[in-house]
Amino acid sequence: MRNPPLSRNVIRGTVHAPRHHDSAAKQVAGEALYIDDIAEPKDLLNLYIAQSEKAHAKILKLDVSAVRRAPGVVVVLTADDVPGINDASPIAGDDPVFAEEIVEYAGQSLFAVAAETLDQARAAAKLAIIEYEELPAIVTVEQAMAANSFVLPTREIRRGDASASIKAAKHRLTQRFEIGGQDHFYLEGHVALALPGEDGDIFIYSSTQHPTEVQHNVAKFLNLSDHAVTVEVRRVGGGFGGKETQGAWFAAIAGLTTKLTGRPAKIRLDRDDDMIMTGKRHDFVVTVEMGFDDNGRVSGAEFIFASRCGRSADLSASINDRAMFHADNCYYFENVTIISHRCKTHTVSNTAFRGFGGPQGMLAPERMMDAIACYLGKDPIDVRKANLYGKKSRNVTPYQMTVEDNIAPEIIAELEKSSDYAARREAIRAFNKASPYLKKGISLTPVKFGISFTATHLNQAGALLHVYTDGSVMINHGGIEMGQGLYIKVAQVVAEVLQIDIERVKITATRTDKVPNTSATAASSGADINGKAAEAAAIAIKERLAKFAAEYYGVKLSEITFLPNRIRIGKHVVSFRDLVQLAYMSRISLSSTGFYSTPKIHYDAETLSGRPFYYFAYGAAVSEVIIDTLTGENKVVAVDILHDAGKSLNPAIDLGQIEGGYIQGMGWLTTEELYYDDKGILKTHAPSTYKIPACSDRPAIFNMKIFEQGENVEETIFRSKAVGEPPLMLAISAFNAIADAISSVTDYRFYPELNAPATPERVLMAVQNISETAKTHKLTEAAQ
Amino acid sequence: MRQKVRYVHRGEIVELENIDPTKTVLNYLRYEKALTGTKEGCAEGDCGACTVVLGELVNGKLKYQAVNACIQFLPTLDGKELITVEDLKEKDGALHPVQKALVDANGTQCGFCTPGFIMSLFAEMHSTPKTDRSHINDVLAGNLCRCTGYGTIVDAAVAVAQSSEKDRFHTEMTATSALLAALKKDSGLHLTWLDRHYFAPKTVDELIDVLARYPDAILLSGATDVGLWITKQHRELTTVIYLGQIQELKEIETQEGGLKLGASVTYSDAWAPLAELYPDFGELIRRIASTQIRNSGTIGGNIANGSPIGDTPPALIVLNARLHLRSKDGPRDIPIEDFFIDYGNQDLKPGEFVEAVTVPLPKVDAKFATYKISKRFDQDISAVCAAFHLTLKGDTVEDIRICYGGMAGIPKRAHLTEKAIIGQTWNETTISDTLPLMEEDYQPLSDMRASNQYRMLAAQNLLRKFYVETSTPEVPTRLLGEGGFACA
Repeated sequence: MRNPPLSRNVIRGTVHAPRHHDSAAKQVAGEALYIDDIAEPKDLLNLYIAQSEKAHAKILKLDVSAVRRAPGVVVVLTADDVPGINDASPIAGDDPVFAEEIVEYAGQSLFAVAAETLDQARAAAKLAIIEYEELPAIVTVEQAMAANSFVLPTREIRRGDASASIKAAKHRLTQRFEIGGQDHFYLEGHVALALPGEDGDIFIYSSTQHPTEVQHNVAKFLNLSDHAVTVEVRRVGGGFGGKETQGAWFAAIAGLTTKLTGRPAKIRLDRDDDMIMTGKRHDFVVTVEMGFDDNGRVSGAEFIFASRCGRSADLSASINDRAMFHADNCYYFENVTIISHRCKTHTVSNTAFRGFGGPQGMLAPERMMDAIACYLGKDPIDVRKANLYGKKSRNVTPYQMTVEDNIAPEIIAELEKSSDYAARREAIRAFNKASPYLKKGISLTPVKFGISFTATHLNQAGALLHVYTDGSVMINHGGIEMGQGLYIKVAQVVAEVLQIDIERVKITATRTDKVPNTSATAASSGADINGKAAEAAAIAIKERLAKFAAEYYGVKLSEITFLPNRIRIGKHVVSFRDLVQLAYMSRISLSSTGFYSTPKIHYDAETLSGRPFYYFAYGAAVSEVIIDTLTGENKVVAVDILHDAGKSLNPAIDLGQIEGGYIQGMGWLTTEELYYDDKGILKTHAPSTYKIPACSDRPAIFNMKIFEQGENVEETIFRSKAVGEPPLMLAISAFNAIADAISSVTDYRFYPELNAPATPERVLMAVQNISETAKTHKLTEAAQ
Repeated sequence: MRQKVRYVHRGEIVELENIDPTKTVLNYLRYEKALTGTKEGCAEGDCGACTVVLGELVNGKLKYQAVNACIQFLPTLDGKELITVEDLKEKDGALHPVQKALVDANGTQCGFCTPGFIMSLFAEMHSTPKTDRSHINDVLAGNLCRCTGYGTIVDAAVAVAQSSEKDRFHTEMTATSALLAALKKDSGLHLTWLDRHYFAPKTVDELIDVLARYPDAILLSGATDVGLWITKQHRELTTVIYLGQIQELKEIETQEGGLKLGASVTYSDAWAPLAELYPDFGELIRRIASTQIRNSGTIGGNIANGSPIGDTPPALIVLNARLHLRSKDGPRDIPIEDFFIDYGNQDLKPGEFVEAVTVPLPKVDAKFATYKISKRFDQDISAVCAAFHLTLKGDTVEDIRICYGGMAGIPKRAHLTEKAIIGQTWNETTISDTLPLMEEDYQPLSDMRASNQYRMLAAQNLLRKFYVETSTPEVPTRLLGEGGFACA
């Protein structure tokens, strides 16, 4: 925007105020550029990656000579052509960019073809002669457990003697259930565009959440120094964790093409290739046993998690750790054992996905609360309340962190009231009595989600702030804009600190040569850490300007106040722009970096204990569903959400995260089904077969509110809280409501076995099974 | 025949020649015209990120419809106006009312799906009559958003629906209509590119003639299936004959024998007349795919491609619709059921094409219902699609026709089950007694949409549901409407 009139009373773009997404006007006009929209260089090469058709096989022969001779082909890349290290993993060094000798999932990259056109590259790839010797493929968690196939060692957290206390408890229940994975289905698939620079340097546009890791992996792959590779990301078309580690190999392949040919090279995966080749949310098999008293209070809990990690480690260690850290959710389990198996399967290597193991971990206690309530004939909300963390006692997590900011009781109480939970629950029971085929269900579930990367060193961020002589400001930081509104939030922080209208703040594309050594934009941390880094940079400039003004005008520092777009300096009032110009003429630096590292956190990865999280974000939701017991079709009809965003930086953006998170979680637990055949081939790899929520799946009644009293007890950026991931888990209430509806066919005497996602098929089968159970039970009772 | 494609864009006639006839509109826009506002999200017409709007003169009136550019072939633009997201802003840079509404509602996050939503809402703004608020879900069913959860977008859609604001396209309507009227006079189209041919005849006679010369040609209508042969299977089609310019195939007439729908009548155009005769058929059409696909896909295509999971054949079969075929040897009429011989095999001779289908008018006292079961309610392919047609004499079943999609290699009737029910009393016992026969009628497959057990159980339960709805219509059985449920 060109110099709109400056505000005098309150700046435009303060924190704690709603503000549109920074790119909204460009997005609606088709003017926001994603990587594939960047004007293509004339001599661009297009890349296609040939994939393994087998889930597990030895490569006996890979002959690409005919591919090389095909029309339009400029170069064919295989593992033999890699000048550096053939790996693009985040940590473990186990993700070859091109398969060598063995393939471990169907879809694994074998070689890449660079041609003048994409059609030529794709057609040429078909000419390769590939011979496999098939090996037995481990596809499911059960198969992996039976074969002792693990990608990482099993981990355990223990407090007290869970098994003894379960045995000693008055009541005991066990549940086993499966939780399906989830494809990210960001609308923009993976894409990388590499451009040649001087000295053999490579410049890469990458659709990544982690430009630094892409830079490092490309450099390692090409045997270059990190400084020879620059990565830029202005925005990605959705990430959700799917672009945290997965972008590196595509960037590496594009980079290698550019290095070998001196020509720009682009790789853009179409939807099918993207879904087949890249990792997803981990599937879990969960077994939980709990011992409890007449009130439903749990004395002992034992969780066994087994997850499908796929062929390599990727981020599975941290993801499964986080699942373990969320097996408690909001509840105090005095004696507890949490075991986590990280299974190796011959499927795509699963990766980060919004919630990062937390959702799977949290589903376990939430299902148990309902199962216990059903068993005791209680309202599940009472069982939940009986188990909530205390404020002063019963407040230490299984991993030895004291919960200091517990607001779950307040949130639950307020939502219970505002949603009219009790009356609706009664009404639903009455409806179900009168309706033989359609049944309703309701559930209230809370969320407590730990904020910080569990890998402590990642909790750091940098920013770069320039003030130009006209008083306009450029802010750059390590965070990635993937739709979550990070850029606007950080711009609000800068505007607030410098007290200038937000139009005076330009947010520029994230680049590894502006702010180095950044962490992924992940773990909901984007605004927390980059906002703090930007704040630090802005404060440095502000202090520098204040010091200069004090000296220049001969006043005390205490006489200087930053007013909207101007500064009071003793008796003088000077516009921000004029002060900046004065400072420039007086040779004062108008550029600053900012840095932030999250305080207080520490964590022992060996014992899985400490304070992995700076704080917790809370929320709760009530979902009401209706199911068709003849077909299993189901629909979420009403949702009430109360969510804690601390003192929200931007309520409009945060509400968008809350609603979007819920719906994405609802998709995970209802319609989104990843279907692998018994040979390990993914059969659902496009929207025709993989069903994310559509518009009509959004509940017709959707009430949501940010928890008004919310304020972070920790000194986060303007006391806000992270909001990216936590709302996804609010959708557990939808899954539990479906279970409640199923339970109604037995007049609530039995709690159903139900695996996620609750597709019509799973719901119908659960209805069938629970009806059988009830019938058998009746017969047994009659016989007695 | 004419050798240049002629379409209207930004108030001018654009001419194209020497083009790959199966190049998609999306790839043309993005990679040849550098109009990158329109996005590729799936290249199969399922996500809507590529939505563009086509203007056409229908009975002299300009009609705007959203379609998926990713599966439309470039020459099908011929005779139409193309509008993309880049075209909406005012000359002075002001946002179009639809764009403004979405910004104001905070309806964008990552923004990649946004241009598609804008174009769907733009088409909706120009539709007559405008969709009322309760049908906004239908308008947007073909646009997937992974970020917002849709609420803010629905808010924007409501604002657009409630506004009577006019835009530049309203003011320019006369001029655009004149251009399109001029294009209407163009002769049929014949493009050649390398060894490939593309024909767009304007009359049935021309079609018969071309088809006789190229009996192996692929007949193209809405491209909602054939488009994917290019974008997903990367096939090369040697000869394509496009049916979309033949007015005779788009006619809808009510005759003595019933409602006659030309083969190129789209789902969108067939929706209202079918719903009027058979409300459940209307509900089925509402559930088929999305607005964009319904604007392109045709009733004839849904039949002619012989898919075992097409949604209209079961209903058409139980209603005993007649299929009108034609070739240079003349017309041939068959009961639609006989068209489906086996998986991938239809009763269609070389040089013959589907010309129309006639749906009989409802019979007094007969009951008809159809059900579509899929993982997601909208824009999903059926795991099982069922249709029932029942004629009672008192309590006794005089006739029942039962047909399922997704249960066999073709849409197939449950002959054994039907036979066992006919002549019996229409009651619970009859249903329970005959359900096991369904297992002899069908041996469904397991795939990613459903297991064979589920398909069978759901098929049986749908017959039960049909019984419940016909015998106790006051019992709620449908997950529809306000509060999420309704009676049939």
